[in-house]
Amino acid sequence: MTSEFPHTPPRKSYTFSDAVNADIRRAAATGIYDIRGGGTKRFLPHFDDLLFLGASISRYPLEGYREKCATDVWLGTRHAKKPIHLDIPVTIAGMSFGALSGPAKEALGRGASAAGTSTTTGDGGMTEEERGHSKTLVYQYLPSRYGMNPDDLRRADAIEVVVGQGAKPGGGGMLLGQKISDRVAMMRNLPKGIDQRSACRHPDWTGPDDLEIKILELREITDWEKPIYVKIGGARPYYDTALAVKAGADVVVLDGMQGGTAATQDVFIEHVGQPILACIPQAVKALQDLGMHRKVQLIVSGGIRSGADVAKAMALGADAVAIGTAALIALGDNDPALEAEYQKLGTTAGAYDDWHEGKDPAGITTQDPELYSRFDPVLGGRRLTNYLKVMTLEAQTIARACGKNHLHNLEPEDLCALTIEAAAMAGVPIAGTSWIPGRNGSF
Amino acid sequence: MKSNVLEQTATQTFDLSARGLRELNSSLHALSGATNMTAWEVVNPKGAHAIAAGVDAPVDISVMGSTGYYCAGMNKQATIRVKGSAGPGVAENMMSGTVIVDGDASQYAGATGRGGLLVIKGNASSRCGISMKGVEIVVHGNIGHMSAFMAQSGSLVVCGDAGDALGDSLYEAKLFVRGSVKSLGADCIEKEMRPEHLEHLADLLRRGECDPTIKPEEFRRYGSARKLYNFNIDNASAY
Repeated sequence: MTSEFPHTPPRKSYTFSDAVNADIRRAAATGIYDIRGGGTKRFLPHFDDLLFLGASISRYPLEGYREKCATDVWLGTRHAKKPIHLDIPVTIAGMSFGALSGPAKEALGRGASAAGTSTTTGDGGMTEEERGHSKTLVYQYLPSRYGMNPDDLRRADAIEVVVGQGAKPGGGGMLLGQKISDRVAMMRNLPKGIDQRSACRHPDWTGPDDLEIKILELREITDWEKPIYVKIGGARPYYDTALAVKAGADVVVLDGMQGGTAATQDVFIEHVGQPILACIPQAVKALQDLGMHRKVQLIVSGGIRSGADVAKAMALGADAVAIGTAALIALGDNDPALEAEYQKLGTTAGAYDDWHEGKDPAGITTQDPELYSRFDPVLGGRRLTNYLKVMTLEAQTIARACGKNHLHNLEPEDLCALTIEAAAMAGVPIAGTSWIPGRNGSF
Repeated sequence: MKSNVLEQTATQTFDLSARGLRELNSSLHALSGATNMTAWEVVNPKGAHAIAAGVDAPVDISVMGSTGYYCAGMNKQATIRVKGSAGPGVAENMMSGTVIVDGDASQYAGATGRGGLLVIKGNASSRCGISMKGVEIVVHGNIGHMSAFMAQSGSLVVCGDAGDALGDSLYEAKLFVRGSVKSLGADCIEKEMRPEHLEHLADLLRRGECDPTIKPEEFRRYGSARKLYNFNIDNASAY
């Protein structure tokens, strides 16, 4: 017997969406949280929410194909005897051998060197592939100290003391057993095949006063030649930047929550840290308040994809940017050409993030010889060089349109925001107004 | 001729408070295996940090007093003796050579050390041998809490007692304790002392300049239960 009244149509909960319910079922079935690579996938206020104003009558533009717009950057001028000079302000972020294959590290070195910029080691020590192919190599000094030794410190061009990263500020590293090959195990001094946990705190210093002494030791060991970077995740960027400067950093590297990781808990990636757009103005203010803006250089990372992003980050006060995820995509990660193989892994091109499983069909985030031998480091390097050059040309195009003869001359005054959130975070006015939310209380 | 040779090979005395840390370390870094300036004495250390950090030559360095942080950091080849007590991180990440502290050592002694021998004749504070990766550490006295945390390889010998959470989350490092252990950390268990361990321990006690009346048989051996090597949700309470 049917009712004379129509049924209420089926309605799914917004709170308990299909995706949420799938997460609950996955947790119940497996008993372990979801671990994945990459950065946050949620929607966030970002550089897309900013626009450049360009020049017209009140500002003179520069001729696109005639007038020079310089792109070089000096890093480490505060204390280092041998500061770094890069042709372009787009650097390659730290990614470990272990997380990445040897050929992928080689490709990063080849691509960056040909474009006139630096690469960075990661939580696995320095490999010959990357030292040999990187004209300028930044050596990360991490809590795990895997592979750390004074010889590699001395043959690095700069040292980056890693305190945190944007994907997981406050978290350590993780490299699951599938990727602990013989070579990775040897470099990290660990048994093969175990789940390797990296500590979240350094073993021999705690807090900014200790950090100052640690930096002194690193400078002494390397005879004050190398720039010392301090890398922080986007947690409390004003205070963390100020403390890094106080501890003696030559360069502060600031990584927002869009920054990637080789592997960590999804809950960490999605719920801890701040977007890079919110972080940059805080770090710049700390540097300005200390009278150290441009004296201690600021490198920012986390979701940098294009020359527009580079220009916006620099307009907000950064001296340079770093790319990780974008560099991997340039090498061939998540390429739709490999769709059939991604389907076999139960995913799709553009969504593949199980880098920790070591089954990457692109041969980049794997230690499987059959997979990584598919990847051509020469071709990969060429693709990365192309991408870096395009980013640089794009940033120059915007800078000239704003009348700037150097990317470093871009400034917040060149920007407006499309949303209230982005305006408040970036400290620039909403388009069509002079209103900066949180400043002066009016528009 | 002879007097010149004698002068070159005589002990080099370096007054740290007068000449400064930078000059000391740059002088030591300039040494190579071919040097005949093999004996150094650093006077007036006054607790300075990073004394003799980054040395890479087979030389003998005596620091005549107590040191601050990171004395003998990343040492290679050198024999460095602290004639006093050492601040935090003594011989951190040492690669080879020998570091001997006549007094006590503060926290993180021998952290992440990869090789060589670190001897502490007094007591060592917390986190002794944290994340050690091959170094051998001999402590004549006691050690503090969280020692050998995440220790990967190498040996830690303690002639006295160990504090709380010894060997928490350790990997393949070998721990030998003669006295009491206040508590073991996660995944650290007592293990059988086999003949090869007794032989290895006897060698460490000898090289560590320990009291010859101390016998290897008086020690217990601790190591990893290897239950946390691969994640299992049923072990979550161990973290």
